Amino acid sequence: MNSAFVFINLFAFFCLIFAIIKDRAKAKRALVIALNSFFRILPMVIATVILIGLILGFVPKDQISKIVGEQAGFKGILVVAVLGAVLHIPSIISFPLAASLLKSGASITAVAVFITTLTMIGVVTLPVEIREMGKKMTILRNGLSFFIAIIIGLVMGWIL
Amino acid sequence: MRRDLMLLGFVSSVTIVLLSIFPENRGDVITSSWEFFVEMMLILPAVMVLMGLFTVFVPKDLVVKHLGRESGLRGVFIAIVMGTLPTGPLYIAFPIASALLKKGARVSNIVVFLSAWSCIKLPQELVELEFLGVRFMLARLALTVVFAILMGLAIEQILSRWERYECCEG
Repeated sequence: MNSAFVFINLFAFFCLIFAIIKDRAKAKRALVIALNSFFRILPMVIATVILIGLILGFVPKDQISKIVGEQAGFKGILVVAVLGAVLHIPSIISFPLAASLLKSGASITAVAVFITTLTMIGVVTLPVEIREMGKKMTILRNGLSFFIAIIIGLVMGWIL
Repeated sequence: MRRDLMLLGFVSSVTIVLLSIFPENRGDVITSSWEFFVEMMLILPAVMVLMGLFTVFVPKDLVVKHLGRESGLRGVFIAIVMGTLPTGPLYIAFPIASALLKKGARVSNIVVFLSAWSCIKLPQELVELEFLGVRFMLARLALTVVFAILMGLAIEQILSRWERYECCEG
């Protein structure tokens, strides 16, 4: 476990203090929203945590690295990219999931590609996007995002 | 919410079945789950507080007001900053983006805005920092910004070419 959580909590704490000084009523409203969203996301968090336990406890390391690791090559990256584009997981949850995959033998490239397509491309939200932005723009944005996600992943695997 | 609870129920029952068939894996599964759960609980409340604060203190029309007018590098910068403010999921950003386009905002800035909105939300970055480390987070952040700008410019070019082509054909 790393110590980033200290920084994160301090940051949130000072923002909250600042908000309370600035506008008490608004800060209270923010806390209510925070509490609601915390409980709304909690079932997903617990489900993810259990899933992570299953992955780390059952799937052998070399199995994961065969599918999404260094040896998997470009095919593995493509699979991960498509998975990320199709799945509809809140990004907050995708990070611990990604960390567990990394821990069990996935490559940095695969993990970075997964996170990027997951957040940038939404197959589920395609109808909304087409309605609001038009067909051309939607196809271009999602298509190009798919490619740049792979490029981002490859560069990250190369520099990290 | 109900779907999430159903998912949780499904995952839990599968896990219980698996762990009773393979008791030798019990230790590993429970330790890993517990470690990740603790780590999640250490940051999740703080992340939620930040999201709540942003939702209340940063009004949505602030985004519309600033992104519509600016162009050039300043416009790109504002598009990124506005996108990173945690004001909701991506499907909320589409109506904002289309309204801005109708008002005459540059296509490239809108694409950058949507990419930033989807990819680099501030509270999410903190979760990334916790689980994947500072190097991973910063590298992905920088690369995403660079490629989002390139993609924005490319889409702008392609769209304007298509429009020209269509107007001459028809």
